[in-house]
Amino acid sequence: MTGKIVYARSKGFFERFERRPGAIKDNMHYCPGCGHGILHKLIAEVISDYNIQDKTIFISPVGCSVFAYYYFDCFGISVPHGRAPAVATGLVRANPDNIVISYQGDGDLGAIGFNNFIQAANRGENIAVFFVNNAIYGMTGGQMAPTTLPGQKTQTSPFGRSVTNEGYPLKVSEMVAALDSPVYVERTALSSVRNIMNARKAVRKALRNTIDKKGFSMVEFLSGCPINLKMNAREMNEFIDNQMSNYFPLGCLKDIADSRDPIKRPEGVYNSRQVIDVLYPVKVQKGVAPDFRNPSRIFEKERRIKIAGFGGQGVLSLGMMIATMSKLRNFNVSWLPSYGPEMRGGTANCSVVLSREPVGSPVVDKECNLLIALNQPSLDKFLPELKTNGVLIYDSSTIEPPNCGDRIVYAVKASDIAKRIGDLKYANSVILGTLSVVMEDYFLEGADKQDFDRTFEEAIMDCFSSKQSVIQLNIDAFYAGKQAVFKENQPDGAADNYGDCAVKNK
Amino acid sequence: MKNNKLYTVIIKPEECKGCERCVNACPKSVLKMGEQLNFMGVPYAYYIGDGCIGCAACFYTCPEPGAITIIEKSEEGS
Amino acid sequence: MERTNKILLKGNEAVVYGALLAGCECFFGYPITPASEIAHTAARYFTRLGRVFLQAESEIAAINMVMGAAASGRRAMTASSGLGISLKQEGVSYLACCELPAVIVDVTRGGPGLGNIGPEQADYNQVVKGGGHGNYRCIVLAPSSVQEMCDFGVLSFELADKYRTPVYVMTDGVIGQMMESLELPAPLKKQPLPEWALDYGKNRNNMITSIFLEYDDLESVNIRLQEKYAEIRKHEQRAEEYLVDDADIVLVGYGIAGRIARSAIDELRERGVKAGLIRPITLFPFPVDCLTRTAEHTKMFISVEMSNGQMIDDIKLSIECCRPIELINRMGGNIPTVTEIVDKTSSFNDKLKTEHGKKRP
Repeated sequence: MTGKIVYARSKGFFERFERRPGAIKDNMHYCPGCGHGILHKLIAEVISDYNIQDKTIFISPVGCSVFAYYYFDCFGISVPHGRAPAVATGLVRANPDNIVISYQGDGDLGAIGFNNFIQAANRGENIAVFFVNNAIYGMTGGQMAPTTLPGQKTQTSPFGRSVTNEGYPLKVSEMVAALDSPVYVERTALSSVRNIMNARKAVRKALRNTIDKKGFSMVEFLSGCPINLKMNAREMNEFIDNQMSNYFPLGCLKDIADSRDPIKRPEGVYNSRQVIDVLYPVKVQKGVAPDFRNPSRIFEKERRIKIAGFGGQGVLSLGMMIATMSKLRNFNVSWLPSYGPEMRGGTANCSVVLSREPVGSPVVDKECNLLIALNQPSLDKFLPELKTNGVLIYDSSTIEPPNCGDRIVYAVKASDIAKRIGDLKYANSVILGTLSVVMEDYFLEGADKQDFDRTFEEAIMDCFSSKQSVIQLNIDAFYAGKQAVFKENQPDGAADNYGDCAVKNK
Repeated sequence: MKNNKLYTVIIKPEECKGCERCVNACPKSVLKMGEQLNFMGVPYAYYIGDGCIGCAACFYTCPEPGAITIIEKSEEGS
Repeated sequence: MERTNKILLKGNEAVVYGALLAGCECFFGYPITPASEIAHTAARYFTRLGRVFLQAESEIAAINMVMGAAASGRRAMTASSGLGISLKQEGVSYLACCELPAVIVDVTRGGPGLGNIGPEQADYNQVVKGGGHGNYRCIVLAPSSVQEMCDFGVLSFELADKYRTPVYVMTDGVIGQMMESLELPAPLKKQPLPEWALDYGKNRNNMITSIFLEYDDLESVNIRLQEKYAEIRKHEQRAEEYLVDDADIVLVGYGIAGRIARSAIDELRERGVKAGLIRPITLFPFPVDCLTRTAEHTKMFISVEMSNGQMIDDIKLSIECCRPIELINRMGGNIPTVTEIVDKTSSFNDKLKTEHGKKRP
């Protein structure tokens, strides 16, 4: 017979389903009368008509449609149960030009994956979700779905769904339409030809929105599962049109795509120069050559420092200042904070270890060389960990003079001085000024005596490169700290006994 | 209004699963269920050979991709 | 403005820097202590570089978003800890079967259950042995410094792409939270998309799945995976050895435990105990060759770990129990101290000497 083919197998499908195992390569694996086949045809027709096969990624869910990628002549991926909207998010964020179809059943979308679905909807991901609601779990053999109707008998509701036991059916479309982000939500039915033709329009509209990057579109399809519901084709359509539609009214719940601008995503930057400008820090103007080593003997061994105080006192940033100074002088340095809820209001401490060699354990729990205590409980807690002849610096604005035996003890009214300068946050620099005095008195040799203060100034610039006023106030605080030191305990011979490195400058 | 065009519908027996959706959907009742079984062992629908108006109701309600083809017959073919 | 590659960073920040320098395009994550700074840093720098950062609604969503981006051929990563990793396992199993490259950073914390946020290494089994369902393994890198966190941010993607497999960077709360000085590597050139990618411009027949109903088909997939893991075992074992050549006792520890053990070795040597350290850098593949070689001359192994002896099993298997193997461990967020390791190793050493004199001629 001659003539023109007007309706035939869509080009959105493969010509033959070679991916389908077994002998049958022309039709699909679905049961007779299944709604999936009807919907597959509508989708295949649209991706062919819109000429988007080369950029469409069809996500096969877990459920009867797990093998949808056997059929659609476009990219395909099968994903974990319920996770299609999350995978779709990854696909469309990775390349916003991808047209991503998330095809999901009522268990996949309404039960195990509901959060992934509703969150993707709420983010307004530019994807099309096609939600097949057949009021039952098909693939696993007819168990209750979140959308099973009240009184409906299933394998797991053998006496009928009880609204007091299992609750009412989940009204997915109504819920998602209530969100601000989605642009298009419609409920249709794969029952009568009239309803199927409305569903066809909805599929086209949803994918048009996706192509136009308008955001999240979802179409719900009331669909038949005649085998599990033990119905023939006529009974199935009647069930959908008379019972399901009563509970899940058909119609468009939301269509605001025209009022939305297309989603624009930035272009990633990969040019080496630009990446370096974002990730590499600015070099401070001063600085030392890469092979520079401070000659003082104190630096020959690993030095272990503990800084402790009240959360919010700047304990951690004081440690970071010391770590920054160490970095600028080519030390290996580690800085380890106490972390977690205790930082938010309780005591805080950090360990700093600097070394010419790779730092060993970054945890300073005993054998501490330098303890900086900013409040009384911290001093009480950590003083026992300070080595004999180790150095204690404390804030004498708030701490009572301790009895420290054979330790070197310097105090400074760091908080008081900082407040006078303008803010408690400058106490750190006051303390470092005091540390500078200790270092000069006991440990630094030759040119290192001047280098400590210079290193501090470089570190301040390193930390606050763009805030000139902050830099100056910190430098003021540092020199105020140097002036205001109380040398409380300088035990005889302390310096001599300080390991193998102390030089008695006193 | 009289439809001047002539159509015919082709149902591939080996792709039909016998769900009867097309038979129920056809407004002209020109599709019927047969008695014979195809290679899958199910009875399949067939076109009685006359009366198709090309409305595509059967095509869109059929869950199989290629079981139903609708052809607009050319003048010389009619 | 002149830039320098010397920088002070937290481990959690450094791994993001490494990933960005490796050309990672997408980060998806859900906050959890002690891994949250990874998300914080990613939020800042992925965004500044116009790349993809998205806070997912859960760890499960995050790993599936990674799956989507990876399927599209992009370098993608996520990060979590302990219980969050447990939630990701289904997705990791899919990635392994679909042979999709991806990077997962695990900054371990105390467990089981909600546990605490202290550092533990009790994720060993769930990360190193597969963790999800099915016959799969992931490459596991175990950094013990901030420099390595950064470097493995790069290496993890290289390995993931080379073998088309998910790669873990598994570290602990200490390394994650700790700040150290490090040198940033140079940025890598952007990789072209792989041929198998689901992406406009590639062959639309590209398809990614992990369902194979025919038993023989699925067995073939499994066999292919095992062959890949054999290749990985052959070529990718990495370990750092420290004073192992003449050691009577060899400590084996990774991450922070390995680092503390290294300090302990120095003290033990000062005390005259001939101790050495093997620090596994890859946990899968476990450095079997290095251990086997060492077992030829050393008398005893000690697993130093912050878990209940999860790694000791791999040491025993590696050397086929041909030497005594002891355990020094802490749990619950505690970190073994140098002194603790020194004391216990010394007493094992004493025991070894007496028993050696008695039973082992």
